[in-house]
Amino acid sequence: MFNSYLENTLQYYPEKCINCLMCIQVCPHGVFTGGKEHVELKSPASCMECGACAGNCPVQAIEVESGVGCAWAMISAALKGKDMDSDACCCGEDDGCCQ
Amino acid sequence: MNNDRDTGSCCSSDSGKDTSCFITMVGLDRNISPPEIRKTTSVITFSDRFDHILARCGVKREKHIVSPGIYELGNPTPDSSVFVSANYTLSFDALRNSLAGIDCYILVIDTKGINVWCAAGKGTFGTDEIIYRIKWSGLDQIINHRNLILPQLSAPGVSAHDVKRRSGFKVEYGPVRAEDLPQYLRTHTATAEMRRIRFTFKDRLVLTPVELVHVIKPTLLAAIILYLLVGPFAALIAVVTAFTGTVLFPALLPFIPTHDFSTKGLILGGIVTIPFAVVVATNSMINSAMSPLENILTALSAFLIPTAVIAYIALNFTGCTTYTSRTGVKKEIFRYVPLMALMGGLGLLVLIILGISLIEVI
Repeated sequence: MFNSYLENTLQYYPEKCINCLMCIQVCPHGVFTGGKEHVELKSPASCMECGACAGNCPVQAIEVESGVGCAWAMISAALKGKDMDSDACCCGEDDGCCQ
Repeated sequence: MNNDRDTGSCCSSDSGKDTSCFITMVGLDRNISPPEIRKTTSVITFSDRFDHILARCGVKREKHIVSPGIYELGNPTPDSSVFVSANYTLSFDALRNSLAGIDCYILVIDTKGINVWCAAGKGTFGTDEIIYRIKWSGLDQIINHRNLILPQLSAPGVSAHDVKRRSGFKVEYGPVRAEDLPQYLRTHTATAEMRRIRFTFKDRLVLTPVELVHVIKPTLLAAIILYLLVGPFAALIAVVTAFTGTVLFPALLPFIPTHDFSTKGLILGGIVTIPFAVVVATNSMINSAMSPLENILTALSAFLIPTAVIAYIALNFTGCTTYTSRTGVKKEIFRYVPLMALMGGLGLLVLIILGISLIEVI
């Protein structure tokens, strides 16, 4: 209830994992933890879909539809007739929200 | 001591064909001389701090830029570490300041004056740009090893194994926060805490100036119009609404019930605007000639419109946070924006009806 962040697009295929631990290094939310033969998903709901783990996994054991969770960018894109997922992020622009 | 240090002897870099294709793609002239190596220090001057304040306030967003290239910090040797940074003054200054007393090189890449994490999200702090800057700067001629230390938050835009394959340079992700670098460099190992992003009160508070700057023009406009049409009390509501959405909400974020930003905004908006609505309903501060029903309807508007606006500002704060996913934000938009629009629209409709009836009375 009142939590839209319980689900995300993170997909992990442990059978592909080579236990290089790169995902643990790059994840800023501790989504992954070490395991015996492969890493384990510790808290998948914490994933913010930044894509760091998927981009740095050398064996494609992780998939995620990465993007920026910015309502301002999504609403602006929708108002301009663009796809909400077009990543029309406003960072760096005068009306951008990033610092 | 870093036992994993890559000296390049066993590099399986990209093929010559790949390199040629890449150099052609980025328009890099093989015969161009590498850029001059600049000197920098770890000292943050008054001028730097002033620049940081302007950047934090969103003043001249495109002006807080560092020239891309290689910088020497202290007296580095060919064996010294190489750190990679964004060409945004806040990012670059945080890095060099944290490296006080450490002799090293800093490779500044072109992120269009955007901070590391946002640039990584946009792709400007990315694999191609890093490879381009390595080749453009002639880094392999300056140092003996083949290691780069990148900020952890650049990882969304970088593929470490691709950088290695295409340039021969091994990517090592440092900690999230530059301030942890001295401790990290002792063992080149980050603790779990160093790898975690936080969103502290201070982190949230430094975002408020730029948030305020975004809404200052429409707020002033709304306040002036409301002052002329209704009076100072209505103008005050507009100012309080903007302040609540841009300052109070970020400050109180973890303490407001529920997880969704929109519902947090609705709760905070309700708490802040109810006193105004009660004042309007019980006291004819706005117009003593109004009937009780008209006062109640005005109070309803004084509750609905600011609450909806605060909730909308709160929802837009998602882009400033360190933990909202795109999937979640999208869900929030579809769940709550219609409700906000309904609240705001209903409030405006009531005001219009009241305005028409007042004009008819006059």
